[in-house]
Amino acid sequence: MAEVLERVTKIIVDRLGVEESEVTLEASFKDDLGADSLDVVELVMELEDEFDMEISDDDAEKIATVGDAVNYIQAKQ
Amino acid sequence: MKLEGKIALITGASRGIGREIALELARQGADVVVNYSGSEERANHVVAEIKEMGRNAIAVQCDVSNSDSVATMVKETIDTFGKLDILVNNAGITKDNLLMRMKEDEWDDVININLKGVFLCTKAVTRQMMKQRSGRIINISSIVGVSGNPGQANYVAAKSGVIGLTKTSAKELSSRGITVNAVAPGFITTDMTDKLNEEVKEQMLKQIPLSRFGEPADIANVVVFLASDDSRYMTGQTLHVDGGMVM
Repeated sequence: MAEVLERVTKIIVDRLGVEESEVTLEASFKDDLGADSLDVVELVMELEDEFDMEISDDDAEKIATVGDAVNYIQAKQ
Repeated sequence: MKLEGKIALITGASRGIGREIALELARQGADVVVNYSGSEERANHVVAEIKEMGRNAIAVQCDVSNSDSVATMVKETIDTFGKLDILVNNAGITKDNLLMRMKEDEWDDVININLKGVFLCTKAVTRQMMKQRSGRIINISSIVGVSGNPGQANYVAAKSGVIGLTKTSAKELSSRGITVNAVAPGFITTDMTDKLNEEVKEQMLKQIPLSRFGEPADIANVVVFLASDDSRYMTGQTLHVDGGMVM
């Protein structure tokens, strides 16, 4: 958990230019972290590369918060 | 040379306008993926011509209306060249008929290749271009997509759809350094227009202020412009290359 969260957090900080402290499990990409729809698509692409997995469009649409992303990745690993 | 070091993928590049675009982009320094559907021999010939110029090229078979086929083609492109800078959505067919006689499959086939194909190819290359933070997508529409044309309800609907798709993709992708523009050719002499009868050709010639039919090179030159840095402040536009037919 900690390791996945750490790697996810790093990608979010790099991509969205937010502070690490803002990246909590409850944080919504769009509402709290200032991401637009295209940013979320890109984040998902980067997560796919980072964790070497494919995230289907259907699954990607359900990822709204940092916690959603972390849980999804852990379930798939 | 305006496109040195660039990688270009051109759909429907084995003949006609697509072939000329592939050759001209190569002359400008690009390495080229020559997509074809059925004409393998002609595609290989285009590849050979490009290699003679000292550029690299590969021929890739793909049905642009099939998403799996498109994904495979884009993967092969990235695997071979490591990146993709320019996509030219050129593949197209005609199945002309009067609206009242047009069969459903004639409608579907033309929409699937000429419109859905542009959507699928654009979607497939977007991931790579977004990562690169740069890319040029050039859609070959048609002047009849602007003006309408009797006997071509399917073709006109598709080509008009391409113009709308161009504008929307331009808006969605602009923030990632990707521009999307369209070219609307008028009457260009190719296998596709050779099928028209003399009477129709005569009629069309009368409507062209520059009083000649276009050549594939007339389109290829404009595609080079849109693919190059010269057009960097343009996106979502449709350029009419039609001898002045539709203003």
